[in-house]
Amino acid sequence: MTDVRTIEVYRYDPAKDEAPYMQTYTLELDGSERMLLDALIKLKKQDETLSFRRSCREGICGSDGMNVNGKNGLACLLNLNHLPKRIVIRPLPGLPVIRDLVVDMSMFYKQYEKIKPYLINDTPAPAKERLQSPEEREKLDGLYECILCACCSTSCPSFWWNPDRFIGPSGLLQAYRFLIDSRDQATEERLANLDDPFSVFRCHGIQNCVAVCPKGLNPTKAIGHIRNMLLRRAT
Amino acid sequence: MANIPTLTFDAVIVGGGGAGMRASLQLAQEGLKVAVLTKVFPTRSHTVAAQGGIGASLGNMNDDNWHYHFFDTVKGSDWLGDQDAIEFMCREAPKVVYELEHMGMPFDRNPDGTIYQRPFGGHTSNYGEAPVQRACAAADRTGHALLHTLYQNNLRAGTQFFVEWIALDLIRDADGDVLGVVGMFLETGELAVFQAKATLFATGGAGRIYAASTNAYINTGDGLGMAARAGIPLQDMEFWQFHPTGVAGAGVLLTEGCRGEGAVLRNSKGERFMERYAPNLKDLAPRDFVSRSMDQEIKEGRGCGPNADYILLDMTHLGEAEIMKRLPSVHEIGLNFANVDCTQEPIPVVPTIHYQMGGIPTNIHGQVVAPKDGNPNAVVNGFYAIGECSCVSVHGANRLGTNSLLDLIVFGKAAGEHIVEQVRKSPAAHKSLPADAMDKTLARLSRLDNSKSGEYAQDIANDIRTTMQAHAGVFRTQKIMDEGVTKILELDKRVPHIHLKDNSQVFNTARIEALEVENLIEAAKATMLSAAARKESRGAHAHNDCPERDDENWMKHTLWFKDGNRLDYKPVQMKPLTVDSIPPKKRTF
Ligand SMILES: Cc1cc2nc3c(=O)[nH]c(=O)nc-3n(C[C@H](O)[C@H](O)[C@H](O)COP(=O)(O)OP(=O)(O)OC[C@H]3O[C@@H](n4cnc5c(N)ncnc54)[C@H](O)[C@@H]3O)c2cc1C
Ligand code: SF4
Ligand code: SF4
Ligand code: FES
Repeated sequence: MTDVRTIEVYRYDPAKDEAPYMQTYTLELDGSERMLLDALIKLKKQDETLSFRRSCREGICGSDGMNVNGKNGLACLLNLNHLPKRIVIRPLPGLPVIRDLVVDMSMFYKQYEKIKPYLINDTPAPAKERLQSPEEREKLDGLYECILCACCSTSCPSFWWNPDRFIGPSGLLQAYRFLIDSRDQATEERLANLDDPFSVFRCHGIQNCVAVCPKGLNPTKAIGHIRNMLLRRAT
Repeated sequence: MANIPTLTFDAVIVGGGGAGMRASLQLAQEGLKVAVLTKVFPTRSHTVAAQGGIGASLGNMNDDNWHYHFFDTVKGSDWLGDQDAIEFMCREAPKVVYELEHMGMPFDRNPDGTIYQRPFGGHTSNYGEAPVQRACAAADRTGHALLHTLYQNNLRAGTQFFVEWIALDLIRDADGDVLGVVGMFLETGELAVFQAKATLFATGGAGRIYAASTNAYINTGDGLGMAARAGIPLQDMEFWQFHPTGVAGAGVLLTEGCRGEGAVLRNSKGERFMERYAPNLKDLAPRDFVSRSMDQEIKEGRGCGPNADYILLDMTHLGEAEIMKRLPSVHEIGLNFANVDCTQEPIPVVPTIHYQMGGIPTNIHGQVVAPKDGNPNAVVNGFYAIGECSCVSVHGANRLGTNSLLDLIVFGKAAGEHIVEQVRKSPAAHKSLPADAMDKTLARLSRLDNSKSGEYAQDIANDIRTTMQAHAGVFRTQKIMDEGVTKILELDKRVPHIHLKDNSQVFNTARIEALEVENLIEAAKATMLSAAARKESRGAHAHNDCPERDDENWMKHTLWFKDGNRLDYKPVQMKPLTVDSIPPKKRTF
């Protein structure tokens, strides 16, 4: 039985297109394709001009975030068997489009940089490792695994409206990763850095971010923890 | 060329993976002006996919020291590794791992708060006696944890990244000195010359020259292609590691850490067959050995599945809690790429191409070396290479698991330190660029951009891959390899006829892919020609017509030159830096 899909893709090349448009392709699958990314690579053979990012093809590098039938996800982890006959693909929402499915992630990265995403501990390092108990280490689980794919932040209405001032779910997840690391000593500095009406408090707990995270992480929960830390600090 | 800008730095690093970012961190922290070019955002580099661990004899779990690690690595390399470089790496290992921890890397922990270490193939205590726990791990996401930590620390140090800039060619002057690279910005198609006193390649492996690979799409061997075009030889390219446990059909890797944690390989009879091949280390024998044993089982009709063409990796006895704690990504990969819940059922696996032991020849400071005036290891001024694209050579004919991440960090740091010293020693102005610095690159680009007809780049790339898979695989005979040479040389003639249908300047990925094919083909030629010439079996190069290792004639490194497909050889460094040499012995496990 042949498996024919209709794939509608957002197209835009600023060098030649006045405006973005949707292009409809018909693609016959032969069973060798497993994930949506495999289908896109096959499509690229039909139309070399179709542009998208990809690298690891196993959901660990975070390159191929896109909006598929209205939901953000990684093309390399979306199983074609679970996708309908008609697949509509758009770039991640809310970020400027460079070309086709390739978005400009600068704003997303800037928010990440803002939270000082590195361990701060300026005491002289010991000759061996800094000790950390398994329980302390466990607190980093569900946080450090973020692959910076931006699926969450670009599904967050608060990030769409304030991409320059709201850190967004991904950045806040990382903020909490360092706040909760037993080896980090900059808790106060980190909280002060976040203590304004926008950075954290624009989150309205809508949980779009949780619903789309391809790594199963929960930014809303992390944001809740930061919120509590900020409130405790204020009293 | 007038409108192509020249940007000047102390050092230019091509590659933002583990190796490149360890070096850039060193340079940025020392206050040098450094640029890192990377064709993908740094955390998308394939180091992110490493799962199992980074090797260092911390001795947190058992009695261990760097002498044992040194012995295992020499033996693992099947005596093709250079013992000076191996000593240096194993001795430095604990220090550089502690440094990663201080940078914030989220290693798993033992109850006493120290770094958790797991067993890995070929790593033993007391010179081969029993498996040792030496692989420092962050669950099965060690590469991710390492790469993100390095990126984060580079942000802190203020490293200047040129993200989605692809290097196209090396600039070398009439003296043979390397003066920088030509790069292209994907977003706009614009070109620039990156001029530097030191140019460092950390471009990763070329695993995509094979059809079934654990490597990312971006692993196209660009550094190898650029070096080869600039007249630099490639070393030991016949040695490619097949990882025993790639998911059958998908290629995605399941870490050796699975077996480290207790998983076993079974044939169609349910037998744990590695007990027969390696009574001592069993499933934790080195990869070349395990891959060949699996191949043997399949050949003798004990493969699993309807076509008896795969082996089963069984970890069901570990229990769900342990699997979810130590191997969560393996569980995820099983579900996504094999439709298998590995807590309940074994996963179908086959040996899959994984790692390139060869590469750009260097010394232990990361300086690129090439034969000149009778010296086989003459330094190429201004040029460094580290990580998987380089061959220092610590892995010899077969790499031990966890020794690559270690190699990145040890030699990333060492090269960084050496560059700092060199730049400080010679504060003179940059050497001036040759007038024809960009000519070859511009010619390649304009041929692509103006092509009116020809072949689709990926059709040629796929033909390269199927050829390599069939003719330079686990099983090699002289006939198979000789045919491979003929086929690859035919393919080489097709590469200049690639036709590019997309001529936009904006984020033109088709153009990038076409340019990458020009690098793939160099890596493929180097591999095929070097393999067909080596008349012995050593490490990953298992030559069916010459099944024994032949130390008398073949204990030497291969050098392949692009010009005329010439091969040359140079001696293996048997003398370590301070300890006694480990003399060659037959490898049994
Ligand atoms: C699935 C998998 C699991 C592994 N697990 C382990 C493990 O547990 N332990 C271990 O020790 N080893 C492991 N390895 C091996 C190890 O991960 C790699 O050898 C290592 O990460 C390579 O690092 P690198 O820095 O040399 O290159 P990479 O991380 O591949 O980085 C290459 C960089 O070069 C850039 N680049 C390439 N070409 C160009 C160009 N033309 N212009 C600009 N930039 C360019 C890329 O953008 C990238 O930033 C594993 C490998 C794989 C594939
Ligand atoms: S929970 Fe907060 S961060 Fe997540 S999508 Fe909603 S508003 Fe955005
Ligand atoms: S939290 Fe999840 S969705 Fe968001 S960037 Fe990280 S991995 Fe992607
Ligand atoms: S290609 Fe790496 S996450 Fe999909």
